[in-house]
Amino acid sequence: MDLTYTEEEQDFRTRLREWLAKTLPELPARPSPDDWPGRRAYDLGWQRRLYEAGYAGLHWPVDAGGRGATPTQHLIFLEETERAGAPYVGANFVGLLHAGPTIAAEGTAEQRARWLPPVLRGDEVWCQGFSEPDAGSDLASLRTRAVRDGEDYVITGSKIWTSHAEVADWCELLVRTDPAAPRHRGISWLAMPMDAPGVTVRPLRTLAGSAEFAEMFLDGVRVPVANRVGAENDGWRVTMVTLSFERGTAFVGEVVACRRTLGELARAAKANGRWDDPVLRRRLGRLHGEFGALWRLTQWNVSEAGRSAGGVPGIGGSVFKLAYSHARQELYDTAAEVLGAHSLSLEEEWTLDRLSSLSYTIAAGTSQIQRNIVAERILGLPKGR
Amino acid sequence: MDFQPTEDQRDLRAGVRDLLAGRYGREALRASVDTGAPLDRALWRELGEAGFFALRLPESEGGVGLGLPEAVLVFEEAGRALVPGPLVATHLAAGVVPGAAAGAAVVTAFDLDGPLVTHLGEADAVLGVSGLPAGEPVRSVDPLTPLYRVAAPYGDGDCSAYRDEGALLTAALQLGSALRTVELAVRYAGEREQFGQPIGAFQAVKHLCARMLVRAEVARTAVYAAAVTGDAGEVAAAKLLADEAAVRGARDCLQVHGGMGFTWEADVHLHLKRAWVRAEQWRTAAQAQELLARELLVSAAPVGPVG
Repeated sequence: MDLTYTEEEQDFRTRLREWLAKTLPELPARPSPDDWPGRRAYDLGWQRRLYEAGYAGLHWPVDAGGRGATPTQHLIFLEETERAGAPYVGANFVGLLHAGPTIAAEGTAEQRARWLPPVLRGDEVWCQGFSEPDAGSDLASLRTRAVRDGEDYVITGSKIWTSHAEVADWCELLVRTDPAAPRHRGISWLAMPMDAPGVTVRPLRTLAGSAEFAEMFLDGVRVPVANRVGAENDGWRVTMVTLSFERGTAFVGEVVACRRTLGELARAAKANGRWDDPVLRRRLGRLHGEFGALWRLTQWNVSEAGRSAGGVPGIGGSVFKLAYSHARQELYDTAAEVLGAHSLSLEEEWTLDRLSSLSYTIAAGTSQIQRNIVAERILGLPKGR
Repeated sequence: MDFQPTEDQRDLRAGVRDLLAGRYGREALRASVDTGAPLDRALWRELGEAGFFALRLPESEGGVGLGLPEAVLVFEEAGRALVPGPLVATHLAAGVVPGAAAGAAVVTAFDLDGPLVTHLGEADAVLGVSGLPAGEPVRSVDPLTPLYRVAAPYGDGDCSAYRDEGALLTAALQLGSALRTVELAVRYAGEREQFGQPIGAFQAVKHLCARMLVRAEVARTAVYAAAVTGDAGEVAAAKLLADEAAVRGARDCLQVHGGMGFTWEADVHLHLKRAWVRAEQWRTAAQAQELLARELLVSAAPVGPVG
């Protein structure tokens, strides 16, 4: 058990820190949250800078255009960019963390050459067409159909909760290619161009007030068979590769940010006198201990991934996601206690964070689904209905 | 950075688990409950011979020369087996109180707030105190942790110099107990049938077990990290989270056991009662939270690489 970083890792950190200090002041002003074209341009601009400096696709394998960095280097990258206040991965999230790694792991040489470089260079944005109105956490019950017609699939159905759909160039789409097969089989993974005829995107307003994601209607959309990644009807396995990436290091930057927020909350409470309330003070102290432990759990999981073949994060990601999503909600509820009535104002950044934290126990598998995964796959309890 | 136990550390933990399974398995535990004999001097000596107390003493002083991470792994196993006795105080007394390192002496400490002290009647010494104070026995909630009330002011010394290490090693005992109660709950949920299927197939029971594991795993990371860094804030967090994992874990385990869990025959209550005792030792939840809160104010950016 060693928490010290090697000399090589420290050098990496130092170089990255210097680059961030030089680069961040040159960035343009951030667009407003509702300005989707502006956000796309901003996020792609940041991605291009990362690419030119050699930090794009840090954790991707070298033969996929990445840097083949160790999980620890990737951890340092995420930690340092957050500490420096660098832009979030934003619109590039799906391309860099889901679709890209999936194509890198499962795609043909041709597919990798077509889709991976534009993600790394910041030329193309991906979105995720997994969930459907009747297939959210129960993803395997998805119904969007793809029927083979010559060299194309013809797709009919709808998707929902699709983040960045309005500004995406590509969609990683899960479709049912064999309706007769059992639920998990008969699903295929396709790369669908968002400008294909028959694709309609309708923004959905979240409870935080922003149009953060969208519904997507697919009406006779033609996608070439050549755009299928993995074998026909093998999409479920391909998807599991994708999800295991999501549950690994997706929250590193956020944990760092939460720890910073806690310090700010303590100082705000000290300034407005709420600090003298021992109940609130102890709650903040407890959260400090918990987020410290969550940071260590991240290092634990990354170390474990570093020992496993391929660096694919293990199932411990479910444990982390459960603990983190609840701690995050507790954090912003506590922030509201510090703010008092001011927490009712949408001008307060922490109020928006409080609203958005409500999605954490739902997105990427609800806490209830995660507990089933922990109980059945880690603890070995019997499957039930 | 490789925050995973080394091969040697895994071997050490496995060795201690085997030793304790053979020497203080379930039958021995129940026997000591039934006879009301919370401290077995022969076992104490065997633990001493195995290096349990001298683990962190330098080899030049007859110790094993290992560090806090190894001690934490060993104490985790003692917590899992519910070994009774003032293990932490005696370990801390190694090299200070004659006989402690070898397990020849039993050493307790004023590690509870107030005038109560555990195991005083069986102890040869109290950590940081000259002579052995007199104490009145008090009926204890934990059948294997006798309590004594001493007259105030109790003792001429104090154990504050040992507070962080005491809290960390106690957290390790709590961690072992928490992990053990997850195992007990999962095993019972897989065996016990109701409504024609194992109760572990019911989502309500599954979710209880999953919550237990999540709490225990977060506590485990906190305990191991605190052992590596020795940082006072991390130790406080480790104690806080491990206390919670042990206490709430035992309660959930009791719930999974249903009516059986409320009986004296099930081991669950022993884990819960010991967890309550340990939660009061060295550093309480309120003390840990206050320490962590103070730390929030002094460190502007409590994030960063270690070392």
